Parts: sequence; structure tokens; C-alpha cells
Amino acid sequence: MNDPAPATRAEVCAAACAEAWRGDGEILASPYGVIPAIGARLARATFEPDLLLSDGEAAFVTGCWPVGDPAPGPVEGWAPFRSVFDIAWAGQRHIMMSPSQIDRFGNTNISAIGDFARPTRELIGMRGAPGNTVCHPTSYWVARHSTRTFVPRVDVVCGVGYDNAAAAGPAASRFHALRRVVTNLAVLDFAAPEHTMRLVSVHPGVSVGEVVASTGFELVIDGDVAQTPMPGPDLLRLIREVIDPHLTRYREVPHEDE
Amino acid sequence: MADKRMTEDEVVARLRPGMTIGIGGWGSRRKPMSLVRAIARSGLRDLTVVSYGGPDVGLLCAAGQVRRLIYAFVSLDSIPLEPHFQAARQSGAVEVTEYDEGMLQWALYAASLRLPFLPTRAGLGSDVMRLNPELRTVTSPYADAEELLAVPALALDAALIHLNRADMAGNAQFLGPDLYFDDLFAAAAERAYVSCERVVPTEDLAAAGGTQSLRIHRWMVDGVVEAPYGAHFTSCAPDYARDEEFQRAYVSAAKDPQAWQNFAATYLSGSESDYQAAVAGRRAVAGAAT
Repeated sequence: MNDPAPATRAEVCAAACAEAWRGDGEILASPYGVIPAIGARLARATFEPDLLLSDGEAAFVTGCWPVGDPAPGPVEGWAPFRSVFDIAWAGQRHIMMSPSQIDRFGNTNISAIGDFARPTRELIGMRGAPGNTVCHPTSYWVARHSTRTFVPRVDVVCGVGYDNAAAAGPAASRFHALRRVVTNLAVLDFAAPEHTMRLVSVHPGVSVGEVVASTGFELVIDGDVAQTPMPGPDLLRLIREVIDPHLTRYREVPHEDE
Repeated sequence: MADKRMTEDEVVARLRPGMTIGIGGWGSRRKPMSLVRAIARSGLRDLTVVSYGGPDVGLLCAAGQVRRLIYAFVSLDSIPLEPHFQAARQSGAVEVTEYDEGMLQWALYAASLRLPFLPTRAGLGSDVMRLNPELRTVTSPYADAEELLAVPALALDAALIHLNRADMAGNAQFLGPDLYFDDLFAAAAERAYVSCERVVPTEDLAAAGGTQSLRIHRWMVDGVVEAPYGAHFTSCAPDYARDEEFQRAYVSAAKDPQAWQNFAATYLSGSESDYQAAVAGRRAVAGAAT
């Protein structure tokens, strides 16, 4: 068999998203966005076979299926929204959300841009972000890493960051865990002394300077920054032939970004 | 069993300005749209609307009938942002109480159980606390002594929900994948009104979806409206899917005042049967074109 063509940026991002769920075992993986959805299915198809996945409506389904297609099943559980709330508060879930703003402590905004009383741009609302972030592990996906998204201070705190979780006390910080932030440029986490955002790796073809210039606050950078691993031939075949044959990944991370 | 059947307009005649009205469904899914359209026709004002919001919130905002919104999100699902809701927020036309999704569930659940509050972690550390300064925390009386958010009960004056089937007494059935929180809306309300695709004899209910699909009980319900396609243009699985084409037309009209005026004149100026006829006409034209 020929080696597949080298990984595109979108494929590097999907593999980096998959890594967010490594070690999670038998919990619900809840990806929001195309690249996170590819990542979650990739994780289950390879190194985290016990993850649970929703069909996007109200069922847990087994198997691996293309993004954009209905899940063929088989169904393994009924999961109406109410059950998903229960699972979230029980901590048996790791979500990956896509924020409109994120700051250095991992506070995120999906509610409104500008003054909340009269926003310049109203967004979707807090949704479950406040509860999710204080109840179970949370990661983030940002398709366009820029100073518009990576801001010194988010306009509305929806997802709770480390500073606000600590200030709110043990009930808020006890189960709070922000795992990683994957963007079209880099992988970041909060494994710095003050739980501020740290640059873990840059994607192939991206410089540290480019990430720094695209971030509206100071990142923790210790020593030489690694390169985000390229997905190997097995992962690439899974992405290309099984999980995303319709090429939906390029809607979030277009080829021309490379 | 009492016959609680009535029309949309008879439901609206029982509502009053300034009421707190909960609307069931989720986003652009199984919304009691025929009842929402009836409210829009009525001109009822100063409403407090409680919803996992979709075009129900949008239509009532567009009609200027909402004083306060209590919600966790407003979305059209396949189109993430609701244009009328955005416009109302960006012009400061409505007061808002924005909660976490689970907090909203807890608020309705507490009201339905006649409890003053229910505790949760959801909201702690977020701007839910800053933006809603009336919220209080409560300290666990047990050894853990955790300080949790006390979500206050949210009692509704009226609830409006749309189900697939109901009998004339108000036993109502969901046949789709999710009840959403319709039972909590109904139980949290002083008066609950159910619209449904079809009113059927009680003895037909269990056979259609099993007893576990009969989650709305007649003790919760004050009125039953038979409203075929009443959830249009939101989804009402398995009876029909969301009318995505119509929803796109709704969104593009909402972005331009003149276009919205035309849309409202075509679809929202007459009765519910006028609305359904206009939608059927639109579908016939689309069908002829393909």
C-alpha cells in the first residue's frame, strides 16, 4: 500500500483534538464543531475505544460514521437533553466547545460581544457552558486563532476559567478542569504555575511568533516549543476514508490557511 | 374526563398582559408555533417569556411583545443565531435573565415541586452571578459545607407546549426522540395549554408510542388545541422535519425591515389557517419548480 499524502492542517488539527480525550476511558465525549467531531470519532476508533458518543439528537450510538451523515448505529442508549445534563453534572463527560472569546485563564464567551446590557453583537447565549466547566473536563477548539478571539478579558464569562473558579470557592473549583485548547495554529493548555495558558506545540508550518502575534495576551512559553505531531498513515486513512470522506474539515480549516 | 379542547385564540383569551409564559420545545424543535402566532396576532404586551429559545422568542421579540426574556440560549439549530432575538438584544429592547441551561431546568423543577430553590454548581464562577445579582448561594448543612448556587423557583402563569398526540382531556404524547423539558414547563405553570398534531381517543395513545411516551398528564393541562403542522417551521419528529427552506426565508427576511414587512404580510397577518394555506401554497410552488 502506498503511503498516503502528507497530513493537511485540518487533519493535524483533528488529530490534536482527538488527543484531548486520551485517557478519558468510559465517559461521554461531546464535540462541538466539525474538527472536534472528527477528533472524537478518531479517538474512539483508535486509542479510546470506550468513549460514548451521541448521534447529535437523543441517542448514544456505537460505531464510526462520516461527519455530516446520520449515525447508522446501533443505538446503545437513550440520551435526551435531560440525561445529558445529568451526565454533565455527574462529571462523566468531556466537552470540547468553540468559544467566540477566550482569555489567558480559560474564561470563554459564547453569549454576547460588548456590553452585556446592550451588546454590539448578540451571540447564542451561555448554553450549558457555566455548568459544564465547573462539573467536568472541558477543552476548546478555535478554528481561527486571532487577537479577536484570544483576548485579555472576555466580555461575558460563560465557560469558567481557572481564576474565576478559584475565586468562587471549592464548590466551583472541585471538579473544574480545562484540558487543552486546539486552534488552527497550535495546541495550548493551562499547565503553567498560575494555570494560565501555555503554548504546548505549534502545527507544522507555523512559527511561535505567528501564534504570539495572533494572541491578545501573554502566553507562557517554556523553552523550545514542540511541533504538533503529524497523524500517521492509519489515522489519515481513518479521517479520509471513514470519518470525513465529504471533506467537511476544510470548511473549518481551509487549505489556503496553510 | 373533561373535554378541554379549544382553539388557539381561546387559549390566548385566557392570557393577560404582563404574564410570565413558558414555551416548551428546544431551539427550533417542537415549538408550539401556532399558539405563538396567536399571541403575536393578539397584541398581548409586556410578557416575560421563559424558553429554551428558538423562533418562538424571535417572533414575539419582532412583534414587540416581550418585556423580559429568561433563557439559556436562543438558536435556530441549523442556523445558530436568531436574528430577531439578536436585534432585540442589540437595541436594548428587552430585559434579560440569562441562565445556564441546567439552571433553567432547576428553576422550573423547583417551581413544579413547590420548593423555593434547588442547589447546583452550575453558574458558580461565571457571569451568571454578576449579571443576575439577585441570585444567592446556599451553604450545605452537612459536613462538606459546600457553598452552592440556590436557583430560585420560576413559577409560570402559563405554559405552552406542542406534542405529537393528545386526548381531549390533556394526556399528551411525544413520539419523537426527546420530550425536552415540556413536562417541567407544564408542571411549573398555573395553567398549561397543549397543542398537538392530532387529538385521538385515549385508547389509541399507548399503542402509538408505548406508555413511556405519555409524559404529559391531564392533571397538568388546562386546554388542548388540535393544531396540525402547529410546530411549523420547527421540527416535530416523526410527524415532520424542520422546514429548513422556510426557516432560511424567515432569517433572510428578518435581516431587512422591508423584507420582514413583506414576510409578515404574507404569513402573519391572517389566521392560523391562512398561515397554513400560505405555507402549503409556497410548498406547491416549490414542488412545481422541481
